[in-house]
Amino acid sequence: MKLITAVVKPHRLDEIKEALQAFGVHGLTVTEASGYGRQRGHTEVYRGAEYTVDLVPKIRIEVLVEDEDAEQLIEVVVKAARTGKIGDGKVWSVPVETAVRVRTGERGPDAL
Amino acid sequence: MAPAITTLAADAPELSAANTGFMLICSALVMLMTPALAFFYGGMVRVKSTLNMLMMSFISLGIVTILWVLYGFSIAFGTDSASLFGWSSEYVGLSGIGITELWPGYTIPVYVFAVFQLMFAIITPALISGALADRVKFTAWALFIALWVTIVYFPVAHWVWGTGGWLFDMGVIDFAGGTAVHINAGAAALGVILVIGKRVGFKKDPMRPHSLPLVMLGAGLLWFGWFGFNAGSWLGNDDGVGAVMFVNTQVATAAAMLAWLGYEKIRHGSFTTLGAASGAVAGLVAITPSGGSCSPLGAIAIGAIAGLLCAMAVGLKYKFGYDDSLDVVGVHLVGGVVGSLLVGFFATGGVQSEAKGLFYGGNADQLVKQAIGVFSVLAYSLIASAILALIIDKTMGMRVSEDDEVSGIDQVEHAETAYDFSGAGGGASSRSTAVAAPAAQETKKVDA
Repeated sequence: MKLITAVVKPHRLDEIKEALQAFGVHGLTVTEASGYGRQRGHTEVYRGAEYTVDLVPKIRIEVLVEDEDAEQLIEVVVKAARTGKIGDGKVWSVPVETAVRVRTGERGPDAL
Repeated sequence: MAPAITTLAADAPELSAANTGFMLICSALVMLMTPALAFFYGGMVRVKSTLNMLMMSFISLGIVTILWVLYGFSIAFGTDSASLFGWSSEYVGLSGIGITELWPGYTIPVYVFAVFQLMFAIITPALISGALADRVKFTAWALFIALWVTIVYFPVAHWVWGTGGWLFDMGVIDFAGGTAVHINAGAAALGVILVIGKRVGFKKDPMRPHSLPLVMLGAGLLWFGWFGFNAGSWLGNDDGVGAVMFVNTQVATAAAMLAWLGYEKIRHGSFTTLGAASGAVAGLVAITPSGGSCSPLGAIAIGAIAGLLCAMAVGLKYKFGYDDSLDVVGVHLVGGVVGSLLVGFFATGGVQSEAKGLFYGGNADQLVKQAIGVFSVLAYSLIASAILALIIDKTMGMRVSEDDEVSGIDQVEHAETAYDFSGAGGGASSRSTAVAAPAAQETKKVDA
Protein backbone atom coordinates (compact mmCIF):
# COMPACT_ATOMS: atom_id res chain seq x y z
CA MET A 1 0.00 0.00 0.00
CA LYS A 2 1.00 3.57 -0.54
CA LEU A 3 0.05 6.83 1.13
CA ILE A 4 -0.34 9.59 -1.44
CA THR A 5 0.00 13.07 0.02
CA ALA A 6 -0.78 16.18 -1.97
CA VAL A 7 -0.19 19.73 -0.73
CA VAL A 8 -2.02 21.94 -3.21
CA LYS A 9 -3.92 25.17 -3.71
CA PRO A 10 -7.16 25.24 -1.69
CA HIS A 11 -9.38 26.18 -4.64
CA ARG A 12 -8.44 23.01 -6.51
CA LEU A 13 -10.03 20.79 -3.85
CA ASP A 14 -13.30 20.23 -5.70
CA GLU A 15 -11.60 19.25 -8.96
CA ILE A 16 -9.27 16.88 -7.15
CA LYS A 17 -12.15 15.29 -5.21
CA GLU A 18 -14.11 14.72 -8.39
CA ALA A 19 -11.10 13.26 -10.19
CA LEU A 20 -10.40 10.90 -7.29
CA GLN A 21 -14.02 9.77 -7.18
CA ALA A 22 -13.97 9.11 -10.92
CA PHE A 23 -10.82 7.07 -10.41
CA GLY A 24 -12.60 4.94 -7.80
CA VAL A 25 -11.07 6.21 -4.56
CA HIS A 26 -13.47 5.62 -1.67
CA GLY A 27 -12.05 7.88 1.00
CA LEU A 28 -9.65 10.69 1.64
CA THR A 29 -8.52 13.05 4.38
CA VAL A 30 -8.27 16.80 3.90
CA THR A 31 -6.40 19.13 6.24
CA GLU A 32 -5.86 22.87 6.12
CA ALA A 33 -2.17 23.58 5.83
CA SER A 34 0.18 26.44 5.17
CA GLY A 35 3.64 26.67 3.72
CA TYR A 36 5.77 27.79 0.84
CA GLY A 37 7.87 26.36 -1.92
CA ARG A 38 10.58 27.82 -4.10
CA GLN A 39 8.53 30.85 -5.01
CA ARG A 40 8.22 31.81 -1.31
CA GLY A 41 5.06 33.63 -0.22
CA HIS A 42 3.67 36.93 -1.41
CA THR A 43 3.80 40.59 -0.44
CA GLU A 44 0.88 42.56 0.98
CA VAL A 45 0.78 46.35 1.23
CA TYR A 46 -1.08 48.28 3.94
CA ARG A 47 -0.84 52.06 3.53
CA GLY A 48 2.52 51.61 1.88
CA ALA A 49 3.93 49.29 4.55
CA GLU A 50 4.91 46.03 2.90
CA TYR A 51 4.49 42.72 4.68
CA THR A 52 5.95 39.53 3.31
CA VAL A 53 3.60 36.66 3.93
CA ASP A 54 5.78 33.54 3.81
CA LEU A 55 3.26 30.90 4.77
CA VAL A 56 0.43 30.83 2.28
CA PRO A 57 -2.74 28.77 2.74
CA LYS A 58 -2.71 25.25 1.26
CA ILE A 59 -4.68 22.07 1.68
CA ARG A 60 -3.18 18.69 2.35
CA ILE A 61 -4.98 15.70 0.85
CA GLU A 62 -4.10 12.18 1.95
CA VAL A 63 -5.24 9.01 0.22
CA LEU A 64 -4.35 5.36 0.86
CA VAL A 65 -4.14 3.20 -2.30
CA GLU A 66 -2.87 -0.15 -3.39
CA ASP A 67 0.65 -0.25 -4.83
CA GLU A 68 -0.36 -0.86 -8.44
CA ASP A 69 -2.69 2.17 -8.46
CA ALA A 70 -0.24 4.59 -6.90
CA GLU A 71 1.50 5.95 -10.02
CA GLN A 72 -1.72 6.41 -11.93
CA LEU A 73 -3.39 8.09 -8.98
CA ILE A 74 -0.52 10.54 -8.60
CA GLU A 75 -1.02 11.49 -12.24
CA VAL A 76 -4.75 12.03 -11.63
CA VAL A 77 -4.08 14.32 -8.66
CA VAL A 78 -1.38 16.29 -10.46
CA LYS A 79 -3.62 16.82 -13.47
CA ALA A 80 -6.54 18.02 -11.33
CA ALA A 81 -4.40 20.28 -9.16
CA ARG A 82 -2.45 21.98 -11.92
CA THR A 83 -3.14 25.63 -12.78
CA GLY A 84 0.24 26.24 -14.42
CA LYS A 85 1.03 29.11 -12.06
CA ILE A 86 3.57 29.18 -9.27
CA GLY A 87 2.52 27.64 -5.97
CA ASP A 88 0.59 24.71 -7.46
CA GLY A 89 2.09 22.43 -4.80
CA LYS A 90 3.56 18.94 -4.55
CA VAL A 91 2.40 15.35 -4.55
CA TRP A 92 4.38 12.43 -3.13
CA SER A 93 3.89 8.86 -2.03
CA VAL A 94 5.35 6.74 0.76
CA PRO A 95 5.04 3.04 1.52
CA VAL A 96 2.54 2.06 4.20
CA GLU A 97 3.11 -1.00 6.39
CA THR A 98 -0.46 -1.61 7.36
CA ALA A 99 -3.91 -0.09 7.53
CA VAL A 100 -6.85 -1.14 9.70
CA ARG A 101 -10.54 -0.30 9.34
CA VAL A 102 -11.51 0.64 12.87
CA ARG A 103 -15.13 -0.51 12.68
CA THR A 104 -14.47 -4.07 11.47
CA GLY A 105 -10.81 -4.75 12.16
CA GLU A 106 -10.15 -5.57 8.46
CA ARG A 107 -6.51 -5.15 7.46
CA GLY A 108 -4.49 -4.33 4.34
CA PRO A 109 -6.25 -3.80 0.99
CA ASP A 110 -9.57 -4.87 2.55
CA ALA A 111 -9.40 -1.88 4.84
CA LEU A 112 -9.29 0.63 1.98
CA MET B 1 -24.90 86.46 -2.33
CA ALA B 2 -25.33 87.94 1.10
CA PRO B 3 -24.08 85.86 4.00
CA ALA B 4 -26.92 84.26 5.89
CA ILE B 5 -25.86 85.53 9.29
CA THR B 6 -26.51 89.17 8.47
CA THR B 7 -29.79 88.46 6.73
CA LEU B 8 -31.10 86.42 9.61
CA ALA B 9 -29.85 88.77 12.28
CA ALA B 10 -31.56 91.72 10.63
CA ASP B 11 -34.88 89.91 10.38
CA ALA B 12 -35.08 88.82 14.02
CA PRO B 13 -35.38 85.09 13.26
CA GLU B 14 -38.16 82.85 14.40
CA LEU B 15 -37.92 79.19 15.22
CA SER B 16 -37.95 77.18 12.00
CA ALA B 17 -39.40 73.72 12.30
CA ALA B 18 -37.67 72.66 9.10
CA ASN B 19 -34.24 73.82 10.21
CA THR B 20 -34.73 72.42 13.69
CA GLY B 21 -35.74 69.02 12.36
CA PHE B 22 -32.86 69.08 9.88
CA MET B 23 -30.38 69.89 12.62
CA LEU B 24 -31.65 67.17 14.94
CA ILE B 25 -31.11 64.66 12.13
CA CYS B 26 -27.67 66.11 11.42
CA SER B 27 -26.80 65.80 15.11
CA ALA B 28 -27.78 62.14 15.07
CA LEU B 29 -25.69 61.63 11.92
CA VAL B 30 -22.65 63.16 13.59
CA MET B 31 -23.21 60.99 16.66
CA LEU B 32 -22.98 57.93 14.39
CA MET B 33 -19.51 59.01 13.29
CA THR B 34 -17.97 58.09 16.64
CA PRO B 35 -18.94 54.40 16.59
CA ALA B 36 -18.11 54.48 12.85
CA LEU B 37 -14.65 55.74 13.75
CA ALA B 38 -14.40 52.96 16.33
CA PHE B 39 -14.94 50.38 13.57
CA PHE B 40 -12.61 52.20 11.18
CA TYR B 41 -9.85 52.08 13.79
CA GLY B 42 -10.89 48.75 15.29
CA GLY B 43 -10.39 46.89 12.02
CA MET B 44 -6.92 48.36 11.57
CA VAL B 45 -5.42 46.99 14.78
CA ARG B 46 -4.37 43.45 15.55
CA VAL B 47 -6.88 40.93 16.92
CA LYS B 48 -5.58 41.25 20.46
CA SER B 49 -6.41 44.94 20.84
CA THR B 50 -9.63 45.25 18.85
CA LEU B 51 -11.92 45.87 21.80
CA ASN B 52 -9.63 48.43 23.38
CA MET B 53 -9.60 50.36 20.11
CA LEU B 54 -13.39 50.30 19.94
CA MET B 55 -13.67 51.37 23.57
CA MET B 56 -11.21 54.26 23.24
CA SER B 57 -13.67 55.89 20.84
CA PHE B 58 -16.86 54.75 22.52
CA ILE B 59 -15.91 56.04 25.98
CA SER B 60 -15.77 59.53 24.56
CA LEU B 61 -19.55 59.37 24.12
CA GLY B 62 -19.80 58.95 27.88
CA ILE B 63 -17.20 61.32 29.23
CA VAL B 64 -17.52 64.26 26.86
CA THR B 65 -21.32 64.25 26.93
CA ILE B 66 -21.36 64.77 30.68
CA LEU B 67 -18.59 67.40 30.69
CA TRP B 68 -20.28 69.25 27.83
CA VAL B 69 -23.48 69.61 29.82
CA LEU B 70 -21.62 70.54 33.01
CA TYR B 71 -19.35 73.24 31.60
CA GLY B 72 -18.10 72.41 28.07
CA PHE B 73 -20.82 74.21 26.14
CA SER B 74 -20.32 77.27 28.29
CA ILE B 75 -16.55 77.40 27.68
CA ALA B 76 -16.89 76.78 23.93
CA PHE B 77 -19.91 78.92 23.15
CA GLY B 78 -20.52 81.11 26.17
CA THR B 79 -20.98 84.69 25.06
CA ASP B 80 -19.12 86.40 27.93
CA SER B 81 -16.03 85.91 25.86
CA ALA B 82 -12.47 86.48 26.93
CA SER B 83 -11.33 85.82 23.36
CA LEU B 84 -9.51 82.62 24.41
CA PHE B 85 -12.51 81.00 26.08
CA GLY B 86 -16.13 81.81 26.72
CA TRP B 87 -18.50 81.56 29.66
CA SER B 88 -22.23 81.99 30.19
CA SER B 89 -23.58 80.92 33.53
CA GLU B 90 -26.95 79.93 32.09
CA TYR B 91 -25.20 77.33 29.94
CA VAL B 92 -23.75 75.55 32.98
CA GLY B 93 -25.66 72.31 33.29
CA LEU B 94 -27.72 73.58 30.32
CA SER B 95 -29.98 74.80 33.09
CA GLY B 96 -30.80 78.37 32.17
CA ILE B 97 -31.93 77.81 28.60
CA GLY B 98 -35.55 78.13 27.53
CA ILE B 99 -36.80 75.37 25.27
CA THR B 100 -37.78 77.79 22.53
CA GLU B 101 -34.85 80.14 23.07
CA LEU B 102 -33.02 80.52 19.74
CA TRP B 103 -29.30 80.38 19.08
CA PRO B 104 -28.48 84.04 18.37
CA GLY B 105 -28.79 84.87 14.68
CA TYR B 106 -30.29 81.50 13.74
CA THR B 107 -33.64 79.77 13.54
CA ILE B 108 -32.87 76.76 15.73
CA PRO B 109 -33.14 76.41 19.52
CA VAL B 110 -30.04 76.73 21.69
CA TYR B 111 -30.59 73.13 22.78
CA VAL B 112 -30.31 71.94 19.18
CA PHE B 113 -27.13 73.91 18.62
CA ALA B 114 -25.71 72.60 21.89
CA VAL B 115 -26.39 68.98 21.02
CA PHE B 116 -25.05 69.36 17.46
CA GLN B 117 -21.82 70.84 18.76
CA LEU B 118 -21.64 68.17 21.46
CA MET B 119 -21.22 65.52 18.77
CA PHE B 120 -18.18 67.39 17.41
CA ALA B 121 -16.72 67.55 20.91
CA ILE B 122 -17.20 63.79 21.27
CA ILE B 123 -15.54 62.68 18.05
CA THR B 124 -12.52 64.96 18.27
CA PRO B 125 -10.76 63.22 21.20
CA ALA B 126 -11.85 59.87 19.77
CA LEU B 127 -9.88 60.73 16.62
CA ILE B 128 -6.70 61.00 18.70
CA SER B 129 -6.99 57.43 19.94
CA GLY B 130 -5.92 55.92 16.62
CA ALA B 131 -2.37 57.11 17.18
CA LEU B 132 -2.20 55.44 20.59
CA ALA B 133 -3.46 51.99 19.60
CA ASP B 134 -2.39 48.91 21.55
CA ARG B 135 -0.48 50.50 24.39
CA VAL B 136 -2.36 52.97 26.63
CA LYS B 137 -4.04 52.22 29.96
CA PHE B 138 -7.76 52.69 29.64
CA THR B 139 -8.04 54.74 32.83
CA ALA B 140 -5.19 56.99 31.69
CA TRP B 141 -6.96 57.47 28.37
CA ALA B 142 -10.27 58.30 30.06
CA LEU B 143 -8.53 60.88 32.25
CA PHE B 144 -6.73 62.26 29.20
CA ILE B 145 -10.02 62.75 27.36
CA ALA B 146 -11.56 64.62 30.29
CA LEU B 147 -8.56 66.92 30.69
CA TRP B 148 -7.98 67.36 26.97
CA VAL B 149 -11.48 68.49 26.07
CA THR B 150 -11.44 70.86 29.05
CA ILE B 151 -8.08 72.45 28.35
CA VAL B 152 -7.79 72.07 24.58
CA TYR B 153 -11.03 71.31 22.73
CA PHE B 154 -13.53 73.56 24.51
CA PRO B 155 -11.27 76.65 24.29
CA VAL B 156 -10.16 75.95 20.70
CA ALA B 157 -13.79 75.52 19.62
CA HIS B 158 -14.37 78.95 21.12
CA TRP B 159 -11.39 80.44 19.24
CA VAL B 160 -12.70 79.12 15.93
CA TRP B 161 -16.49 79.28 16.19
CA GLY B 162 -17.44 81.12 19.38
CA THR B 163 -18.79 84.64 19.39
CA GLY B 164 -15.76 86.73 20.39
CA GLY B 165 -13.29 83.91 19.74
CA TRP B 166 -10.08 85.43 18.40
CA LEU B 167 -9.79 83.33 15.22
CA PHE B 168 -13.51 83.78 14.52
CA ASP B 169 -13.18 87.53 14.85
CA MET B 170 -10.11 87.53 12.60
CA GLY B 171 -12.16 85.93 9.79
CA VAL B 172 -10.53 82.50 9.69
CA ILE B 173 -12.81 80.17 7.74
CA ASP B 174 -13.38 76.77 9.31
CA PHE B 175 -16.73 75.67 7.98
CA ALA B 176 -17.20 72.41 9.87
CA GLY B 177 -14.06 71.80 11.89
CA GLY B 178 -10.90 71.32 9.84
CA THR B 179 -9.07 73.42 12.38
CA ALA B 180 -11.05 72.83 15.57
CA VAL B 181 -11.52 69.10 14.98
CA HIS B 182 -8.96 67.59 12.63
CA ILE B 183 -5.86 69.73 13.05
CA ASN B 184 -6.62 69.86 16.75
CA ALA B 185 -6.88 66.07 17.05
CA GLY B 186 -3.97 65.36 14.71
CA ALA B 187 -1.62 67.71 16.54
CA ALA B 188 -2.72 66.26 19.88
CA ALA B 189 -2.01 62.76 18.60
CA LEU B 190 1.50 63.82 17.62
CA GLY B 191 2.04 65.46 21.01
CA VAL B 192 0.98 62.36 22.93
CA ILE B 193 2.93 59.81 20.91
CA LEU B 194 6.09 61.87 21.26
CA VAL B 195 5.64 61.40 25.03
CA ILE B 196 4.54 57.77 25.21
CA GLY B 197 6.73 56.31 22.48
CA LYS B 198 6.36 53.43 20.06
CA ARG B 199 4.51 50.17 20.27
CA VAL B 200 6.64 47.18 21.23
CA GLY B 201 7.90 45.73 17.97
CA PHE B 202 7.28 48.84 15.85
CA LYS B 203 9.04 48.45 12.49
CA LYS B 204 10.03 44.88 13.44
CA ASP B 205 6.84 42.88 13.96
CA PRO B 206 4.08 42.74 11.37
CA MET B 207 1.13 44.86 12.51
CA ARG B 208 -1.35 44.19 9.76
CA PRO B 209 -4.97 45.28 10.06
CA HIS B 210 -6.95 42.33 11.36
CA SER B 211 -10.23 43.12 9.55
CA LEU B 212 -10.41 45.29 6.47
CA PRO B 213 -14.16 44.69 6.18
CA LEU B 214 -14.56 46.43 9.56
CA VAL B 215 -12.40 49.28 8.27
CA MET B 216 -14.63 49.59 5.20
CA LEU B 217 -17.78 49.49 7.32
CA GLY B 218 -16.37 52.24 9.52
CA ALA B 219 -15.26 54.35 6.56
CA GLY B 220 -18.64 53.99 4.87
CA LEU B 221 -20.51 55.01 8.00
CA LEU B 222 -18.11 57.91 8.53
CA TRP B 223 -18.78 59.14 5.01
CA PHE B 224 -22.54 58.89 5.65
CA GLY B 225 -22.34 60.65 9.02
CA TRP B 226 -20.09 63.32 7.58
CA PHE B 227 -23.02 64.76 5.63
CA GLY B 228 -24.51 65.75 8.96
CA PHE B 229 -21.14 67.05 10.10
CA ASN B 230 -20.62 69.21 7.03
CA ALA B 231 -24.02 70.06 5.59
CA GLY B 232 -25.35 70.68 9.10
CA SER B 233 -22.66 73.18 9.95
CA TRP B 234 -24.56 76.06 8.36
CA LEU B 235 -27.20 75.42 11.03
CA GLY B 236 -30.07 75.59 8.61
CA ASN B 237 -31.19 75.27 5.07
CA ASP B 238 -32.56 78.65 4.07
CA ASP B 239 -30.06 79.74 1.45
CA GLY B 240 -28.54 76.70 -0.20
CA VAL B 241 -25.11 76.91 1.45
CA GLY B 242 -25.68 73.62 3.26
CA ALA B 243 -26.60 71.97 -0.03
CA VAL B 244 -23.40 73.23 -1.70
CA MET B 245 -21.52 71.78 1.25
CA PHE B 246 -23.31 68.45 0.78
CA VAL B 247 -22.31 68.30 -2.89
CA ASN B 248 -18.73 69.35 -2.13
CA THR B 249 -18.45 66.72 0.58
CA GLN B 250 -19.41 64.01 -1.88
CA VAL B 251 -17.18 65.08 -4.77
CA ALA B 252 -14.10 65.88 -2.69
CA THR B 253 -14.32 62.49 -0.99
CA ALA B 254 -14.65 60.72 -4.31
CA ALA B 255 -11.68 62.62 -5.75
CA ALA B 256 -9.52 61.92 -2.71
CA MET B 257 -10.27 58.22 -2.82
CA LEU B 258 -9.33 58.05 -6.50
CA ALA B 259 -6.17 60.08 -5.93
CA TRP B 260 -5.03 57.87 -3.04
CA LEU B 261 -5.70 54.73 -5.08
CA GLY B 262 -3.87 56.12 -8.11
CA TYR B 263 -0.84 57.03 -6.03
CA GLU B 264 -0.79 53.59 -4.47
CA LYS B 265 -1.14 51.78 -7.79
CA ILE B 266 1.84 53.65 -9.19
CA ARG B 267 3.91 53.49 -6.02
CA HIS B 268 3.07 50.00 -4.69
CA GLY B 269 1.35 48.18 -7.52
CA SER B 270 -2.17 47.60 -6.17
CA PHE B 271 -5.45 49.37 -5.53
CA THR B 272 -5.91 48.46 -1.87
CA THR B 273 -9.05 48.43 0.26
CA LEU B 274 -7.30 50.27 3.06
CA GLY B 275 -6.19 52.86 0.53
CA ALA B 276 -9.75 53.43 -0.67
CA ALA B 277 -11.02 53.81 2.90
CA SER B 278 -8.12 56.06 3.91
CA GLY B 279 -8.41 58.21 0.79
CA ALA B 280 -12.10 58.75 1.44
CA VAL B 281 -11.43 59.86 5.01
CA ALA B 282 -8.61 62.16 3.85
CA GLY B 283 -11.03 63.82 1.41
CA LEU B 284 -13.70 64.20 4.08
CA VAL B 285 -11.16 65.81 6.40
CA ALA B 286 -9.89 68.24 3.77
CA ILE B 287 -13.31 69.38 2.56
CA THR B 288 -14.51 69.98 6.13
CA PRO B 289 -12.95 73.44 6.50
CA SER B 290 -13.04 74.37 2.83
CA GLY B 291 -16.27 73.01 1.37
CA GLY B 292 -18.37 75.97 2.43
CA SER B 293 -16.32 78.42 0.43
CA CYS B 294 -15.44 76.61 -2.80
CA SER B 295 -17.24 75.39 -5.93
CA PRO B 296 -17.72 71.70 -6.73
CA LEU B 297 -14.79 71.83 -9.18
CA GLY B 298 -12.70 73.41 -6.46
CA ALA B 299 -13.82 70.60 -4.14
CA ILE B 300 -12.60 68.00 -6.63
CA ALA B 301 -9.20 69.71 -6.70
CA ILE B 302 -9.06 69.99 -2.92
CA GLY B 303 -10.01 66.34 -2.50
CA ALA B 304 -7.48 65.13 -5.05
CA ILE B 305 -4.67 67.20 -3.54
CA ALA B 306 -5.51 65.98 -0.04
CA GLY B 307 -5.77 62.35 -1.14
CA LEU B 308 -2.37 62.52 -2.79
CA LEU B 309 -0.60 64.37 0.03
CA CYS B 310 -2.09 62.21 2.78
CA ALA B 311 -1.13 59.02 0.92
CA MET B 312 2.41 60.33 0.75
CA ALA B 313 2.36 61.52 4.37
CA VAL B 314 1.45 58.20 5.99
CA GLY B 315 4.87 56.83 5.06
CA LEU B 316 6.65 59.56 6.99
CA LYS B 317 6.25 57.82 10.34
CA TYR B 318 8.59 55.07 9.19
CA LYS B 319 11.07 57.65 7.99
CA PHE B 320 10.98 59.76 11.15
CA GLY B 321 10.49 56.82 13.51
CA TYR B 322 7.46 58.04 15.48
CA ASP B 323 4.73 55.47 15.91
CA ASP B 324 1.45 57.03 14.88
CA SER B 325 -0.26 53.64 14.89
CA LEU B 326 -3.21 54.33 12.59
CA ASP B 327 -1.96 57.50 10.87
CA VAL B 328 -3.93 60.14 12.71
CA VAL B 329 -1.17 62.63 11.89
CA GLY B 330 -0.86 61.50 8.28
CA VAL B 331 -4.59 61.67 7.60
CA HIS B 332 -6.21 64.13 10.02
CA LEU B 333 -3.44 66.62 10.68
CA VAL B 334 -2.14 66.68 7.11
CA GLY B 335 -5.65 66.55 5.61
CA GLY B 336 -6.86 69.31 7.94
CA VAL B 337 -3.89 71.56 7.19
CA VAL B 338 -4.25 71.00 3.44
CA GLY B 339 -7.99 71.71 3.46
CA SER B 340 -7.69 74.77 5.69
CA LEU B 341 -4.89 76.34 3.66
CA LEU B 342 -6.58 75.62 0.33
CA VAL B 343 -9.43 77.91 1.39
CA GLY B 344 -6.91 80.67 0.70
CA PHE B 345 -6.71 79.49 -2.92
CA PHE B 346 -10.16 78.11 -3.74
CA ALA B 347 -12.62 80.39 -1.90
CA THR B 348 -14.94 81.77 -4.59
CA GLY B 349 -16.39 84.58 -2.52
CA GLY B 350 -19.90 83.46 -3.46
CA VAL B 351 -20.94 80.74 -1.05
CA GLN B 352 -20.25 80.96 2.68
CA SER B 353 -18.47 84.33 2.76
CA GLU B 354 -17.28 87.04 0.43
CA ALA B 355 -13.63 86.25 1.05
CA LYS B 356 -11.93 85.31 -2.23
CA GLY B 357 -8.93 83.03 -2.59
CA LEU B 358 -5.94 83.52 -4.85
CA PHE B 359 -7.47 81.56 -7.72
CA TYR B 360 -10.64 83.68 -7.76
CA GLY B 361 -9.15 87.11 -8.02
CA GLY B 362 -8.52 87.48 -4.34
CA ASN B 363 -5.27 88.35 -2.65
CA ALA B 364 -3.26 86.48 -0.06
CA ASP B 365 -5.24 87.93 2.88
CA GLN B 366 -7.42 84.87 3.40
CA LEU B 367 -4.47 82.53 3.00
CA VAL B 368 -2.58 84.40 5.73
CA LYS B 369 -5.61 84.21 8.03
CA GLN B 370 -5.97 80.50 7.35
CA ALA B 371 -2.29 79.94 8.09
CA ILE B 372 -2.60 81.78 11.39
CA GLY B 373 -5.59 79.60 12.28
CA VAL B 374 -3.81 76.40 11.27
CA PHE B 375 -0.55 77.02 13.05
CA SER B 376 -1.92 78.55 16.24
CA VAL B 377 -4.25 75.60 16.83
CA LEU B 378 -1.55 73.14 15.76
CA ALA B 379 1.01 74.58 18.16
CA TYR B 380 -1.36 74.97 21.10
CA SER B 381 -2.80 71.48 20.76
CA LEU B 382 0.59 69.85 20.23
CA ILE B 383 2.20 71.47 23.26
CA ALA B 384 -0.79 71.27 25.62
CA SER B 385 -1.46 67.63 24.72
CA ALA B 386 2.18 66.66 25.22
CA ILE B 387 2.20 68.32 28.63
CA LEU B 388 -1.06 66.58 29.63
CA ALA B 389 0.32 63.22 28.53
CA LEU B 390 3.53 63.89 30.43
CA ILE B 391 1.65 64.71 33.64
CA ILE B 392 -0.50 61.59 33.38
CA ASP B 393 2.53 59.49 32.52
CA LYS B 394 4.50 60.75 35.54
CA THR B 395 1.62 60.23 37.96
CA MET B 396 -0.49 57.20 37.08
CA GLY B 397 1.50 55.98 34.07
CA MET B 398 0.18 56.23 30.55
CA ARG B 399 1.21 52.85 29.16
CA VAL B 400 0.43 49.26 30.07
CA SER B 401 3.39 47.02 30.89
CA GLU B 402 5.39 45.58 28.04
CA ASP B 403 4.19 42.06 28.88
CA ASP B 404 0.57 43.14 28.78
CA GLU B 405 1.09 44.96 25.52
CA VAL B 406 2.61 41.90 23.91
CA SER B 407 -0.03 39.50 25.21
CA GLY B 408 -2.85 41.85 24.23
CA ILE B 409 -4.39 44.90 25.80
CA ASP B 410 -7.99 43.66 25.52
CA GLN B 411 -7.57 41.10 28.26
CA VAL B 412 -5.70 43.20 30.78
CA GLU B 413 -7.78 46.33 30.36
CA HIS B 414 -11.23 44.95 29.60
CA ALA B 415 -11.23 41.26 30.67
CA GLU B 416 -12.61 40.35 27.26
CA THR B 417 -11.40 39.34 23.84
CA ALA B 418 -12.98 40.31 20.56
CA TYR B 419 -13.26 36.88 18.97
CA ASP B 420 -13.78 33.35 20.21
CA PHE B 421 -11.32 31.09 18.45
CA SER B 422 -11.82 28.12 20.74
CA GLY B 423 -13.99 26.36 18.14
CA ALA B 424 -11.00 25.78 15.87
CA GLY B 425 -9.01 22.78 16.97
CA GLY B 426 -11.49 21.06 19.28
CA GLY B 427 -12.34 23.67 21.84
CA ALA B 428 -15.60 22.07 22.88
CA SER B 429 -14.26 21.02 26.25
CA SER B 430 -12.53 24.30 26.95
CA ARG B 431 -15.68 26.22 26.09
CA SER B 432 -18.14 24.26 28.10
CA THR B 433 -16.16 23.65 31.25
CA ALA B 434 -17.98 25.91 33.56
CA VAL B 435 -17.36 29.22 35.04
CA ALA B 436 -14.04 29.19 36.79
CA ALA B 437 -11.77 27.46 34.35
CA PRO B 438 -11.94 28.89 30.84
CA ALA B 439 -10.18 32.20 31.26
CA ALA B 440 -6.67 30.82 31.19
CA GLN B 441 -7.33 28.40 28.35
CA GLU B 442 -8.88 30.87 25.99
CA THR B 443 -6.21 33.45 26.74
CA LYS B 444 -3.50 31.54 25.01
CA LYS B 445 -5.38 30.98 21.80
CA VAL B 446 -6.05 34.58 21.04
CA ASP B 447 -2.37 35.42 20.71
CA ALA B 448 -1.60 32.67 18.26
